[in-house]
Amino acid sequence: MAKAKASYKVPVLTGEIKVPKVVPGASAYEKMYQGEKDDMAALGFPASLEEGWEIKAVGIFKQLLTHNKALRDYMDICVRCGACTDKCQFFLGTGDSNNMPVGRAELMRRVYRYYFTPAGSLFKGLADAEPFSMEMLKKWFTYYYQCSECRRCSYYCPYGIDTAVITMAAREIMNGIGLGQKYSTVIIHKVFNTGNNIGIPSAALRNTLDELEEEIKDATGKDIKIPMDAEGAEVLLIVPSADFFAMPHMESLIGYAKVFYKAGISFTVSSYASEAANFGMFIGSYRNTQEVNKRIWDEAKRLKVKRVIAGECGHAWRAMYSYSNTMNGPFDFLDSKYRQPTHICDFTLGLVKDGAIKMDPSANDDKIITYHDSCNVARGSRMGMMPEGQFIIPRELIKACANNFHELRNGTNKAETYCCGGGGGILTDEVMNVRIAGSMPKMQAIREAMDNKGVNFLALICAICKTQFTKMYPLYGLDAEMVGGIHQLVSSAIIL
Amino acid sequence: MPSFEFNGKTIETDDEGYLQVLDDWNKEIAGYLAKDEGITLTEKHWKLIEWVRDYFFKFQVAPAIKSLIKEVEKLENLSDKKEANKFVYELFPEGPAKQLAKVAGLPKPTGCV
Repeated sequence: MAKAKASYKVPVLTGEIKVPKVVPGASAYEKMYQGEKDDMAALGFPASLEEGWEIKAVGIFKQLLTHNKALRDYMDICVRCGACTDKCQFFLGTGDSNNMPVGRAELMRRVYRYYFTPAGSLFKGLADAEPFSMEMLKKWFTYYYQCSECRRCSYYCPYGIDTAVITMAAREIMNGIGLGQKYSTVIIHKVFNTGNNIGIPSAALRNTLDELEEEIKDATGKDIKIPMDAEGAEVLLIVPSADFFAMPHMESLIGYAKVFYKAGISFTVSSYASEAANFGMFIGSYRNTQEVNKRIWDEAKRLKVKRVIAGECGHAWRAMYSYSNTMNGPFDFLDSKYRQPTHICDFTLGLVKDGAIKMDPSANDDKIITYHDSCNVARGSRMGMMPEGQFIIPRELIKACANNFHELRNGTNKAETYCCGGGGGILTDEVMNVRIAGSMPKMQAIREAMDNKGVNFLALICAICKTQFTKMYPLYGLDAEMVGGIHQLVSSAIIL
Repeated sequence: MPSFEFNGKTIETDDEGYLQVLDDWNKEIAGYLAKDEGITLTEKHWKLIEWVRDYFFKFQVAPAIKSLIKEVEKLENLSDKKEANKFVYELFPEGPAKQLAKVAGLPKPTGCV
C-alpha cells in the first residue's frame, strides 16, 4: 500500500553538492512496478516474461547492435577514465555505484562482452563478461529505471558516449522480452486510446477548457478562447496534457492563450493529438515513439493548419524537434515560412521582439526568478535559429516579462544542467526516494540561489520538471507555489 | 494482483492500493482506504469525494486541479484559490489528484502529474 511520507529520505539543503561515499547496491530497494499484460500487448510487446527470455533478449540485443551503430560503439569505446562517475544526480543522491554512469553501462557491457566479443565468450569473468542471468536482469530493471536519460554524463564523456542510448536500449530489450515498466506503458497505451497521457476524453477536455475560459474572463474581462479541434486555425498548439490537468501547468496554458489572443493569431488544441509528451522515446521504442509522434502530424494535416507550435514540455520538444522529420516527415503541407515545429518560447519571444505583444515586467516584481534548464531541451535539441538558442530564448523571454532574474551557479545550468530527478519516465511514486535523491544536486543549487540572491521563483519549461519540483519543494520544506512555467510569468506580464 | 478482504469480500487493487473495480467502492471501503492513508473522513472530505465521483462518472476522468480548487472555494465559502488550495491539502496531504482519487475509488491519474 501507500508508502508513508515518513519513509522518505530527504537530504538537508546546504547549497553544496558533495560526492557521497560509494555504497554498491544502496538504492537497489527502489523498484518500478512491472508493466501489465494489456498495456504491454497494446504496445506490441510480449505480455509477460516467458521461459527462454535470455535467448530472446540476446537476439534483440543483436538486432539493436546491428541497427544502431552508436550503441555498438558505446559498448566498445569506454576507456573507464572515470570522468562520468560523479556527474549523475542519481549517483550523487544515492551513492550507489551502479548509478555511476559507467557502472550502469557496465551492467549492459558485461552481457555484451559475453555474447558479442571473442574475449568475453572465451574468458568470461576474466574479461568482465557474464551471461544474461535472472540476477543481471533484475539489476537492469532496477538501475536502467534509476536513469532519467538526461545525458549530463555524456556531456562530460571525452568519447561522447550517450548513456541515454544505452538506457533506452536496455529498456527496449526488457520490453521485448515482456518485462516492462508500468508507469510508461500505461501512459503510452492511454495515448493510443484517448490521445493523451492522462486519459482525458474529448468532452472532459472541452469542459476543462470552458472553465479556463471562464476563469480568464473573470480575471481579465476579456473573451480569450482556447479552441479545440478548430479546422483551418493557423496554429496547432501541442501541449503536454498536464497543462490540461495539473498545477502549476494550467497557468502556462492560460499564458499561451493570452499570447495568441493578443497577437491575433488563430490557434487550436486537438482532442486527438492532446499530448506533446512522447513516452515512446523514454522506453527506447522507435515504433512507439513514431506512432505517438505521428498523431501530431496527422492532426496538423486534418485540421489544415499552417504551423505546429509546441508547449512547455522538455522531452516532447526533443521528440518533435529532433526526430519528427525523419520519423513522420516531411511536413511540406505546412507553411515553409515557419520553423516546423516552433517552440512556444521562440514564438512568444518573437512576438515581443516584433512589438506584436507587449509586456509589463513590473507585474512580476514580487518574484526573484531563476531558471532550470530541462535536460532534453538543453542537451537534446535547439531552439530558434542561433547557436545555443535553447539557452538564450527562454532566458530572454523571462527577462522580457520580469525584472529580477538570476542564474543558477555555473556547472548546474545550461548544458551542464542537473536533471530535476523525475525525467525519462521515472516520475512515478513507487521510486519516490530515487526521485528525491536525484533532485538533490539541483535543489542544492536552487538553495544556494535562494540564500545568496533571494530567489523565490523557479521558472520551467517542462511538465515533468513542474510536477517533480512541485512534489519536491514541500518535502524539502519549501513552498510549492515558488515553482511555475515561463508562460505563467508571461500570463502575468502580458498587456492585454 | 494485490487485494484485501473487506466484509467477507475480496477487493482487488492495483500495486498502490487503488481499487481495480469501480463497482467495488462503497462508503465503508472509502473509510478503510482513507484510514490506510492516515485520514479520518469528515463531512468536508465527503463533499469532495462525492463531487469528484460525480465528475468522474460524467467525464470518465478525474477533474483538473483548477476545477477542484474552484469547487472547494464554492463549497466551503472560501475567500480565494490560495485558501482553497491550502484547505484541500489539509484534507488530502499527499495531494488532491492522487489521494482523493484513491479514497473515492477512482483510478490513479497517470501522466506527468
